[in-house]
Amino acid sequence: MGEPFLLRALLAGLGLALVAAPLGCFVVWRRMAYYGETVAQAGLIGIAAGLALSLNLTLSVLIVTFAVSGLLLLLGRQQIVPFDSLLGLLAHTALAVGVIATAMVRGPQLDLMAFLFGDIFAVTGTDLQWIYLGGAAALIGLLFVWRPMLALSVHEDLAAAEGTPTARTKLIFVLILALVVAIAIKIVGVLLTIAFLIMPAAAARPLSETPEQMALFAAIFGGLSVALGLFLSVTFDAPGGPSIVVMLALFFAVAILPTILRGRR
Amino acid sequence: MEGHEPSGEAAALARADRPLARPVVHDHGDHDHHDHPHYDGPALAHDAGALISARSLWLSRSGRTILQGVDIDIAAGEIVTLIGPNGAGKTTLVRVLLGLESPDKGKTVRKPGLVVGYVPQRFELDRAIPINVARFVELGRGAEDEEIERMLADVGAGRIGDRQLSDLSGGELQRVLLARALIRSPDVLVLDEPVRGVDYAGEAELYNLIGKLRSEKGFGVLLVSHDLHVVMAQSDRVVCLNRHVCCSGIPQSVAQHPEYARLFGPQAARAFGLYHHSHDHRHDLAGEPQPSPGAGRSDQRPGTQ
Repeated sequence: MGEPFLLRALLAGLGLALVAAPLGCFVVWRRMAYYGETVAQAGLIGIAAGLALSLNLTLSVLIVTFAVSGLLLLLGRQQIVPFDSLLGLLAHTALAVGVIATAMVRGPQLDLMAFLFGDIFAVTGTDLQWIYLGGAAALIGLLFVWRPMLALSVHEDLAAAEGTPTARTKLIFVLILALVVAIAIKIVGVLLTIAFLIMPAAAARPLSETPEQMALFAAIFGGLSVALGLFLSVTFDAPGGPSIVVMLALFFAVAILPTILRGRR
Repeated sequence: MEGHEPSGEAAALARADRPLARPVVHDHGDHDHHDHPHYDGPALAHDAGALISARSLWLSRSGRTILQGVDIDIAAGEIVTLIGPNGAGKTTLVRVLLGLESPDKGKTVRKPGLVVGYVPQRFELDRAIPINVARFVELGRGAEDEEIERMLADVGAGRIGDRQLSDLSGGELQRVLLARALIRSPDVLVLDEPVRGVDYAGEAELYNLIGKLRSEKGFGVLLVSHDLHVVMAQSDRVVCLNRHVCCSGIPQSVAQHPEYARLFGPQAARAFGLYHHSHDHRHDLAGEPQPSPGAGRSDQRPGTQ
């Protein structure tokens, strides 16, 4: 592991795993997997815009993920169309527009795969700065809303009646989610970003007795998966991001197995 | 005072120093009886001394009117019980008073800085979140472990602090919810059918505890129940709701009110009797209240001696 690109990949993956762990717990608790998926897929529009305007891609993706988060807050106020249908509508629109836009911007020879599944071995020093500075901001923000978010994840009405500022807390949370998704897209791609959030948290759930424990175990699973996935990737010349996701799936399978065997729901 | 929703008057009467917010305050015992459930006129002033005071609440959902001009006040130190048939809007009214739902018309005034303890009617156990009982209670207020343990013991849920919230029985969960509400040292305790899943003996015990703590700490209590015999025994004031306030006052006077008899007539009383199976042979309680020490006296609030 002496290669600098490998070291950068490892640092990027570990940084991401650390931020994704507590955030992913809330995504799991609040059943926002599909919400996150939608925001991530919208990131493809940001990539297209960034390429067209020669912007920093993470920045252009960030603008789009923020915009989509705001749009979803507005759309969530109506109840005629169910929210998950709206998410599906937006996710696929974003994917379609993103694919068309990236094709038009760079011509058909553009390697779309790199944006869909990320290229962790192409991580640059600037990307690392984004991950560690953005990640630190996200973690500080999460620390700030941890308690109110936990209270309203357990029971939103109860938390609201007790005076928890639910609207403000949820707004801060979706902005943090948009930030982390934007940072992660460059590394693991539009299609695997949410796997990074929900899989460590899901694997941590069967072992956890407290919310904080779940975040901690998620960070451990995430970190181990990054290290093992990169090792797999280098050894068998497999793509980096997908290798990490496969490792996460293995951790989840092992963690959930005793629960299934016990027959407990 | 015709057309006047009376729910605030018992509280008003108890405070002689309170400036007159309304032109007339009746002072005879059955002032809480009236025959005008609908009040469509201009809103009366909010009760400035109340913890929560609502006037002329109107609310419709999907074309159905759920609240029709409801007035209600909850004062410190009193137990107000909201009764009414299913679909009467009891839970909706509670949600509006707590600010969880906005009425179409009307206004709720809460005392500034009001600390609310709330026991919601439905609590879906979410197994996705690993959380034990003590931590759940702690989310109500950042209290020390010992204090939480003591509070749990007080509500009859001692020694379960380490259990996962999702492993509790219905009765245990209700007690834990009550502990979380109480640990906040609330100004007002709002309980939406708090004895669901609690057995009969535990039920009486819980109500006694609430009554005792009310006397000690002086908080106000808003209780939703369709549990008629408990209502009669524990409340200072009963508000009978059927989308509008049908009648309100001390339990004995409400029990004799024609609107009450219409809502909880002999049939309903029998149904409640069945609901309470072998414990309750007093089928006549609803339609024909039994004499009790306070029955003959005029409106008096036991909570304020």
